[in-house]
Amino acid sequence: MAIFVNKDTKVIVQGLTGGQGKYHGLRNQAYGTQVVGGVTPGKGGTDVEGIPVFNSVAEAVAATGADASFIAVPPKAASAAILEAAAAGIRFIVCITEGIPAQDEAKVFNTLVRDYPKTRLLGPNCPGIISPGKCNIGITAGEIAELPKAGKKNVGIVSRSGTLTYQALYELKQRGIGVSTCVGIGGDPVPGTNFIDCLREFQNDPETDAIIMIGEIGGSAEEEAAEFIKAHVTKPMSAYIAGVTAPAGKKMGHAGAIVSGGKGTAQGKMDALSAAGVKVGNNPTEAGDLMAEIIAALG
Amino acid sequence: MDLFEYQGKQYFARFDIPVSRGGAATTVDEAVKVADASGYPVVVKAQVQVGGRGKAGGIKLANNAEEARLHANNILGMDIKGHVVKCVWVENASDIDEEYYASFTLDRAAKKHLLMLSAQGGVEIEEVAEKDPDAIIKLHIDPVDGLSPAAALKAAVDAKIPAKAVDGVAKILVQLYRCFTEGDCDLAEINPLILKPTGEVHALDAKVTLDDNAAFRHPEWDEYRATEELDAREQLARTHGLQYIGLDGTVGIIANGAGLAMSTLDVVNQVGGTAANFLDIGGGANADVMAAALEVINFDEKVTSIFINIFGGITRGEEVAKGIVEALSRVTLKAPIVIRLDGTNAEEGRKILADAGIPESTLISKPTMLEAARAAVAISNGK
Repeated sequence: MAIFVNKDTKVIVQGLTGGQGKYHGLRNQAYGTQVVGGVTPGKGGTDVEGIPVFNSVAEAVAATGADASFIAVPPKAASAAILEAAAAGIRFIVCITEGIPAQDEAKVFNTLVRDYPKTRLLGPNCPGIISPGKCNIGITAGEIAELPKAGKKNVGIVSRSGTLTYQALYELKQRGIGVSTCVGIGGDPVPGTNFIDCLREFQNDPETDAIIMIGEIGGSAEEEAAEFIKAHVTKPMSAYIAGVTAPAGKKMGHAGAIVSGGKGTAQGKMDALSAAGVKVGNNPTEAGDLMAEIIAALG
Repeated sequence: MDLFEYQGKQYFARFDIPVSRGGAATTVDEAVKVADASGYPVVVKAQVQVGGRGKAGGIKLANNAEEARLHANNILGMDIKGHVVKCVWVENASDIDEEYYASFTLDRAAKKHLLMLSAQGGVEIEEVAEKDPDAIIKLHIDPVDGLSPAAALKAAVDAKIPAKAVDGVAKILVQLYRCFTEGDCDLAEINPLILKPTGEVHALDAKVTLDDNAAFRHPEWDEYRATEELDAREQLARTHGLQYIGLDGTVGIIANGAGLAMSTLDVVNQVGGTAANFLDIGGGANADVMAAALEVINFDEKVTSIFINIFGGITRGEEVAKGIVEALSRVTLKAPIVIRLDGTNAEEGRKILADAGIPESTLISKPTMLEAARAAVAISNGK
């Protein structure tokens, strides 16, 4: 088991003929992911190292039976690419594109909720998802993810920051702790998938025994996750919040102060998670150490 | 990007939001000319991006040209909480019957647009928010639907805006929402939104934050860039397109990804050091970007060691290594580098660094983030 993706997930890459799409698409394939096609308007009928390229997502789905999409296109084209994938029946979309305007993100998110409720968007501006040994969609270097081990305790990872997602994987690998699934939700203002979505799945995933959560300053996603954990998560957790010493963000006028109501600081988030029973480390290595203790205690 | 008040008002005007007659001035003579054209009395307002400028003496009323000259002369060059006033906005003074508050932002938790509106606007709005939160109504707007005139009118009524002003306020809300969405703002705020004795409603102040991600579809934003308040290090970083924030410490930081960069600051702090900056070279950084980043760090006089913390995803280890080798051939670094390189193609990267024959006094490689932080801080603190 794993969450959101597994060894049967069939992936198309929107933007396969571009630099990032090709590089990471082929890496995902080399990892063992079923990369069944690519989409680039105007380049249908060609191929990228044997992977067929289609003009539209609908054509790609019809020809390959793909159920997931990896979007690696520039910010200007990303919103349309996400909606095209959803309209073609893709149920899981990973968008790594960085720099999409917030107005576009908000519109896309709410359009998905309304018109395509069965489609899940991961990202934008995220590293993607990896279920070690089964499926890797996005830009995570697969070799740093420890395989889950039958008969041992395995950990799920959810992180808002891209590079700290890899750091979390690396901390577990160094300790020989297996990973069920690692999800990078991205740090943009309107993420398609949030902490709570992932925590709910991990809680229900029989292969996941414990969870690491990596957050960062700003917004209130970690505080909301803490509330959810208190009420619904029984699996043990460790966490790290980046930004204790970060320069204070620009205050967004009075509106920012009013909306946040004191939420958003690293300390506030750490306190909220601690109060929900999560063991909180002061750096990624400490969060890894705390997880090792949790795994040892689980036996 | 935060706009100055005068830029915000000019931006509002693009969306037909009524503002006072006036103009910006950078010299005393210019200010008097604008005052003459605006019609007395006028208000001379310091243009700084910091609150409390009125209390600091940065906002003055002038009844004639002589007073306008006196106030402009006093305010231009004034230091308000560390911000030197380089520009004043001079506008026709409005008679004010009532002051309201209106803003649009994105509510990240609800994933919807948020209108906040209050009949009790003015400088004490944050106090109102704390003591009488019900006096500020909050309306979530689905970005797909947008804000209809009918919904704007209902919001004005709900916020207890007096009957004589509701139509005027509702109209401005629709215009301000257009400014927020089509104008790609993170924040569009009017405080105060005033009712004049003549019954007109208009924006007496403007607070606008633009979404930098949308710059590609707003060529008109280029002029705002030119006036942004950046220190010399930040200017240099900007020319290289780097995400850089100057700080006061001694360990120069280069990391990929905002999260890892923040975490690097945290770890440097935890092992007894202080960071000179926040620098995120972003995803997919190549040799040129790394070389530019080192150039920016090298420009900072206070830096006594450089901590490069890279965990490759999109960013490839060999590109980072090539960038470092190239930078070392282009510039003489004033401080040694401690590097921690992991992730995509990290081994290739480490090999390139090892084969380049760089002396250990210039570059040290450490296997983990914590060890690298300790080494960088030790060098920086002279141990």
